[in-house]
Amino acid sequence: MPSLMEFLMLAAILFGLGIAGMLLNRKNLIVLLMSLELILLAVNTNFVAFSYFLDNAIGQVFVFFVLTVAAAEAAIGLAILVVIYRRRQTIEVQQLDQLKG
Amino acid sequence: MLTPLHVLFYIFAAIAVGSAIGVITARNPVRSVLSLVVTFVAMAAIWMMLRAEFLSLILILVYVGAVMTLFLFVVMMLNIDKESHSSGFVHYVLVGAIVVLLLTGLMIAALGINSISGVMQLPLPPAEAADYSNLQAVGALIFTDYVYPFEIAGVLLLVAIIAAITLAHNPPKNRKVQIARDQINVKPSERVRLVNMPVEKPAKPSIDGGN
Repeated sequence: MPSLMEFLMLAAILFGLGIAGMLLNRKNLIVLLMSLELILLAVNTNFVAFSYFLDNAIGQVFVFFVLTVAAAEAAIGLAILVVIYRRRQTIEVQQLDQLKG
Repeated sequence: MLTPLHVLFYIFAAIAVGSAIGVITARNPVRSVLSLVVTFVAMAAIWMMLRAEFLSLILILVYVGAVMTLFLFVVMMLNIDKESHSSGFVHYVLVGAIVVLLLTGLMIAALGINSISGVMQLPLPPAEAADYSNLQAVGALIFTDYVYPFEIAGVLLLVAIIAAITLAHNPPKNRKVQIARDQINVKPSERVRLVNMPVEKPAKPSIDGGN
């Protein structure tokens, strides 16, 4: 069985790739949402790994709730994305600069 | 020592990391979504190794089956082909790579300090009994200690449904409907115009006509 360290390193790499997707991606809001899913997956993997190695099922309950919230967030995010596309005819991140942020 | 579980772990970890790289580098959003599906399936296999069978199956059923399908629907519904040409990817690759390497390196370095945290050399937990059920253990926790958060999660999903429908649904703009208020308040003067016309005398019979 791989050690806890290896699971945590895998989760750290996935987390870094999710952050990379957020930083690099300037043209597509959908890929931004998918990077968010990657980050949540990495965090959930940490929870599951600790739950196994500490022999405690509460971590899995927490992952269950994180999955629920992530599903709700994906649904609302995609709905907002559809509305943005309908109004602006684009979902490029660089075009969405009305707030001049 | 390299056990079969090690080999399995590294195979699935390589698949997960490779397809995660595919998610953020793919030009085509559809390919990006499909790579994310592969990542989720590989991570579900790794969760299965950690004996989180319930969550592993939930990840495949709910995430791959529902959320990723939703993503695919949206990607295919929007016409994104014309955006694909303009790419800002190359400009930010250096900054992004540096930040990500720093972040990941920091996390892995933090894991490496075994002597400080001590949590990293956790021994393997004892093997479960033959009749142990992961679903039973998680379910017992959810429906006893965590039943209140569980209900809140249900309400949260309801709110998300209503919010998503309210946002995305656009009612038809020029539908012909009756407005009862206007119909009741209408006055006869708005509908019927009474015109006063002088009464016409019947024309006199002509002299040479008739008798």
